[in-house]
Amino acid sequence: MSSDTPQSYERDPAETHPPLDYAPYRSTSLRHPSEPLIYLPHTVSETTGPQLAGIVRPGDQDLTRQHQGEPIGERITLSGRVCDTEGKPIAGTLVEIWQANAAGRYRHRWDRWAAPLDPNFSGAGRVVTDSEGRYSFTTIKPGPYPWANHYNAWRPAHIHFSLLGRAFAQRLVTQMYFPGDPFLDYDPIFNSVRDEAARQRMIARFSVHRTRPNWAVAYNFDIYLRGPGPTPFEESR
Amino acid sequence: MIFGSTPSQTVGPFFEIGLPFADGPLAVAPDSAGAIAIGGVLYDGAGVPVPDALIETWQADDQGRFPDLHGHAGPSARAGFRGFARCPTAEDGSWKIVTVKPGAVDGAGAPHIAMSVFARGLLHRVVTRVYFGDELDANLADPVLTCVPAERRETLLAQPSTDGYRFDIRLQGPGQTVFFAV
Repeated sequence: MSSDTPQSYERDPAETHPPLDYAPYRSTSLRHPSEPLIYLPHTVSETTGPQLAGIVRPGDQDLTRQHQGEPIGERITLSGRVCDTEGKPIAGTLVEIWQANAAGRYRHRWDRWAAPLDPNFSGAGRVVTDSEGRYSFTTIKPGPYPWANHYNAWRPAHIHFSLLGRAFAQRLVTQMYFPGDPFLDYDPIFNSVRDEAARQRMIARFSVHRTRPNWAVAYNFDIYLRGPGPTPFEESR
Repeated sequence: MIFGSTPSQTVGPFFEIGLPFADGPLAVAPDSAGAIAIGGVLYDGAGVPVPDALIETWQADDQGRFPDLHGHAGPSARAGFRGFARCPTAEDGSWKIVTVKPGAVDGAGAPHIAMSVFARGLLHRVVTRVYFGDELDANLADPVLTCVPAERRETLLAQPSTDGYRFDIRLQGPGQTVFFAV
């Protein structure tokens, strides 16, 4: 095993991630485990992980150029770094996103929201981070949309992110939100993260410096995956 | 820790537009030596099949080696071995991947497959392990399996089927699958 391969990954503080049983998000009620999770010491199955860079195709990182015409909406660039909680960049790792269109409609057979589909927008992208852990997408800003969770429920505009990291232990699926979105205060999924500082880490930052004149508004979203932990021996003491 | 981790959020009901890929359920080529299917049905706490979940698996090859330069005992020598499979559940809650039965990884116990389950209603993935019901001696010596209460170990055992192994997953309630804090 190479010397820079962690033998375990750090355990996040309890309130960093949402509880699986969270009544305000109704779909959790029949899907959360009722038995407590059993502590798993990290073995080589958890400290290694898949590298799927090969599934990315040219153009996958530009969601505005996947069809004949351009999608309707506010063109944005979305970029940032993927690193671990020590700040070490995670190079060559797959970043996958999917999202609704500018009207808040997903190109999915189960999405019945009465907003138009956009023939020029599929809403999915993939890219691999560079040697400094950087990624970048061009897309349009998704719209908010209603859902059936409670009376007058609306999801804030968001983009889904999937990260593989370097190890099974680092696997993360999350959602990225936009600064100043008035729906954030009312969204049980966003607010399922009980730690305020952790919640803020899911909100992208507007960047005037990266905004390209006469072209696209820039948002920055850095993603932090768990860093190396103590050796399994230390961990068990 | 200098920075805090980015929190998890649910994969939601619409991941199918972004995450599946053409040969995602294939951890090995289906016509390669030793290829088997592993599949089952995912159930919720009411015993209803879950049609909008995503199953991911990660494992060593039949020699106990991972397709990873940083893996144990050197990378897998098996041609085309991805070690990873990604399969959405179907309308009837079923899923199926094609892989090989992993070999024992030196120092890591009985043959097993690491598994993540993502779904609408799961704010964080749940993680389990697939062990093999026909590996009686190895299972009895496995350091993880032996930490699981004896009456619940059965939920982690894939059982031989006509084309490989069957592994049903129950998110909640009687017979709930064992899930791990990773």
